[in-house]
Amino acid sequence: MEHPTTQPSQHSRRTFLFKLALLANGAVGAVLAVPILGYILGPVFKRGRSYEYWIPLGFLHQFPEGETRLAHFHNPDGSPADGQTRTLPCWVRHIKQNQFQVFAINCAHMGCPVHWFPQSKLFMCPCHGGVYYQDGARAAGPPPRGLFEYKYKIVGDRLMIRAGQLPTLATHASIAAPGSSPCQG
Amino acid sequence: MSGLKQKGIAIYRWLDSRLGLAGPVIEAAEHPIPKSSASWWYVFGSAATVILMMQIVTGVLLALVYTPTARDAWNSLNFLNHGLTLGWFLRALHGWGSDFMVAIVLIHMTQVFMFGAYKFPRELTWILGVFLLLMTFGMAFTGQVLRFDQDAYWGIGIGASIMARVPFVGSKLVHLLLGGPIIGATTVSRFFALHVFVIPGILLAFVGLHVWMVLRLGINEWPMPGRLVRRSTYIQEYEAEIHKDGVPFVPDAGWTDAMFAAAIILAIMACAALFGPIGPTGPPDPTIIQTVPKPDVPFLWIYALLALLPPKLETPILLIVPVVVICVMLALPFFAGEGEKHWSRRPIAVLMVLVIAVSLGTLTVVSLNPPWSPEMTAWSADPVQPRFLRGRTPLERQGAIVFQEKQCRNCHALAGLGGKRGPDLASVATRLTEDELVRQVLQGGGNMPAYGSALSPAQTTALVAFLGTLNGNERPARDPSLELTHSNAAQKQQKF
Ligand code: HEC
Repeated sequence: MEHPTTQPSQHSRRTFLFKLALLANGAVGAVLAVPILGYILGPVFKRGRSYEYWIPLGFLHQFPEGETRLAHFHNPDGSPADGQTRTLPCWVRHIKQNQFQVFAINCAHMGCPVHWFPQSKLFMCPCHGGVYYQDGARAAGPPPRGLFEYKYKIVGDRLMIRAGQLPTLATHASIAAPGSSPCQG
Repeated sequence: MSGLKQKGIAIYRWLDSRLGLAGPVIEAAEHPIPKSSASWWYVFGSAATVILMMQIVTGVLLALVYTPTARDAWNSLNFLNHGLTLGWFLRALHGWGSDFMVAIVLIHMTQVFMFGAYKFPRELTWILGVFLLLMTFGMAFTGQVLRFDQDAYWGIGIGASIMARVPFVGSKLVHLLLGGPIIGATTVSRFFALHVFVIPGILLAFVGLHVWMVLRLGINEWPMPGRLVRRSTYIQEYEAEIHKDGVPFVPDAGWTDAMFAAAIILAIMACAALFGPIGPTGPPDPTIIQTVPKPDVPFLWIYALLALLPPKLETPILLIVPVVVICVMLALPFFAGEGEKHWSRRPIAVLMVLVIAVSLGTLTVVSLNPPWSPEMTAWSADPVQPRFLRGRTPLERQGAIVFQEKQCRNCHALAGLGGKRGPDLASVATRLTEDELVRQVLQGGGNMPAYGSALSPAQTTALVAFLGTLNGNERPARDPSLELTHSNAAQKQQKF
């Protein structure tokens, strides 16, 4: 292959233009990065609270007093492609009259589904042996806190909960651990 | 025949006069290597590359059918398994290929470490290798998520729960990982993009650089005790060695690589044919909570650590230790870039490899049948063996019913049958007195919940009476002091 007869430094105008073109590409790239990063980080910029909605959980008569029952709700945010993953379970404990506790299905340790055993009044987790009492307080095992609780309200004869995010230590940290407030039993 | 050969040579010439690749390729294949390195110990890197090729081919073939949405992924896996000719076999190849790949990459890394091959001038080759290891694990994890079944669903939940422990940005990381607020369609599609485009793209580029550097810097010579690596002299010494005693890579060493690669692929095929595809387990329906989620084999040791770490230290360990370990691996060639390569002169290195291998192996084996998980169905599925009921009083038998009904069995085995979370209680009466039994049951402690509010006084009395009979020799327990007092009383009655 033949080498160019002149050195790059000798045609300074084109060297300058080449540098200018590089600069232009850098600038365009930086501008392009804004929408790309915005797209990738979309879920990050959205405030966690804005995922949460009041969701109907069922009629009050579905939850007999003194019992803890499994209930399902449809996650409000989502697409048809979610399929079954959009229907989520939770545990509803009807303490008395208008007093409820709605627990997330997810163990506070690593998010595995906890089971309720009415005979021993315990929630047990199949993954690493986390156990909780009927009021959601941590009983044994590795969980760092009690079960996550959803806020609830009663509208007419329906029970509604405030939900919409996968409960984890970070996405639910704002809610106090059950058993920590004196009015819970 | 010779006419055909002439034609072939002509086509080859035509191609090569345009491509110009034959020269460099032949040169690379025949590059001289130290004679000592033409050994079966040096076959793992090329085997990993060959498995990677197989994973790409089988992966593309699976992508012809697989549907990356939360709604359809599981159905498409079942369609592959049952609805398509040999779909099950391709899934099996890809699944077993993944396990083999992780194993071979780990073995390759161990070999390279033990032979001191990360030392000067191969530091960057090692560093890229660390990233290749991480990406191999990344592929294994994202692949496990794409097998979108129950285990995958709750497995992502575990991943998200770990992310959530990062201070300040935990919730952001959870949302980034899931692609939204919950595990759903966006989660599966983003893991698909990672598994199919992002990680393989980087992986292939890094493998290319890794192999390029192996060719450029030469294959590590067989270490000799006392032969030290020095930055100032190593390259001349290496050059001198391959001049004096070098052999061409092909065929002198290449035949072992090729042989081993064939054997490994054959082994993967055998596993695929014998054991079939891995999963899918039940559908990824979060409302089906009768499930015991478990990760794939490469991650079982993490699953075990999550159960065994002291809860207080769990978060710091989960967040800090991986960073430290990765940093140490990346920095290794800089603080140990010179000196002794032979294992017999590097006792700490040998000890480290042994400790790590034994720990990871033990954690993995223990996780196959994890003792820390309560057995959710044991209370109704594992009966009290008749020998623990024979000759017992009605109260004690009532206690056995309480024992079953209150799910004690989920955590406690009787003579091996039942959960392993707590101790086997077949001989508990030899360890604890009645008072201690009452206290343990009512107050719990040491990973046992307190049963105070779940047991009536009558139930507690019956339960403790039953536990008191479990003295290991399968006969009703008798208190000798009671017997003495009873017989004394009897004698006294006779006297008077
Ligand atoms: C969540 C699991 C779990 C359940 C359910 C459970 N235990 Fe335990 N139990 C444990 C663990 C763990 C220990 C070990 C405690 C320790 O190390 O101090 C234990 C210890 C004991 C001991 C002492 C054993 C010894 O050898 O020291 C007794 C007795 C006992 N449990 C009885 C019961 C009875 C009776 C029930 C049902 C009413 C029950 N446990 C339910 C987990 C459980």
